[in-house]
Amino acid sequence: MRITLSIMTMALVTYAIRALSLTLVRKKITNRFIRSLLYYLPYAVLAAMSFPAILYCCEKPAAALCGTAVALVLSFLEKPLTTVAIISALAVLTVSIIL
Amino acid sequence: MSADFRDGIRQGLPIGLGYLFVSFGFGIFALASGLSGFEAVAVSFLNLTSAGQVAGISIIAASGSLLEIAFSQLVINLRYLLMGIALSQKLDDDFRLKQRLIACHGITDEIFALACSQKKPVTPALMYGITFIVVAGWTTGTLLGCLAGSVLPSVITDAMGILLYAMFIAIFLPPARHEKAVLLAVILAIAVNCLFYYHVSSLSSSLAVIISSLISAGLVSLIAPVKEEES
Repeated sequence: MRITLSIMTMALVTYAIRALSLTLVRKKITNRFIRSLLYYLPYAVLAAMSFPAILYCCEKPAAALCGTAVALVLSFLEKPLTTVAIISALAVLTVSIIL
Repeated sequence: MSADFRDGIRQGLPIGLGYLFVSFGFGIFALASGLSGFEAVAVSFLNLTSAGQVAGISIIAASGSLLEIAFSQLVINLRYLLMGIALSQKLDDDFRLKQRLIACHGITDEIFALACSQKKPVTPALMYGITFIVVAGWTTGTLLGCLAGSVLPSVITDAMGILLYAMFIAIFLPPARHEKAVLLAVILAIAVNCLFYYHVSSLSSSLAVIISSLISAGLVSLIAPVKEEES
């Protein structure tokens, strides 16, 4: 029962945020600063979520470092999301096995 | 099935596949935290978010209060509020209240990036198509993780920890490469977040992410505001 209630709470809060986000502001935003902020923010959020957390995502730091390097190079070469994710994980796996 | 719905499925497929792998790790994690397979799949279906789910499950495993769970979700998923408002600007006129209340469930980092990169205004059918294939991938991956996770060696499940972060990098690096202002926002966000991470240990990591990205995006918006016809 406690777990069910907890899951419902997670779902409700998450849905409420999303529902508000699409219904709160229906008009086109004309303020240039706000529009700029909304444009840059997602990239900033993803970057901050990735670093430094990615360096500690695996048991062995050297493996995480190699995986990060692979992710950076493949992303720079603009490979598709899935390709970048899977090959980075394979790099981590390879280094973990070798070490 | 409309052409836009099919187009949404086609465009969302890489994200759905990526999610399949990432949520595989979540399934393993949820089971290890004491959830049943059904509960784990329900969490994935209802929340469709990685960081928030991991935080929520961790609190459940630690017997935390409902208030604590609600607050963690609010803080970690607050970015969807900003993304949804930004996405609102891209939606076409067929989006009325009902369509918005359905489509909003599909707001995730990756779907947001995909929807915002469309050349034309986003239709409800396109949004439903993308969301459908992504939810399918995310919940199926969770289920597979629950079923197979316990038989996989830990070296493999450990390697899966990088999937999500690698995907994040694949989203923000290409635009950062082409646009100096995006690159600046990305570097600033990482720098400020590292500062918090290594020097202000009292701040929770999810709160640190929100503060550092607001600071960097705010500064870059002042230095290099977007052109009038953009976004």
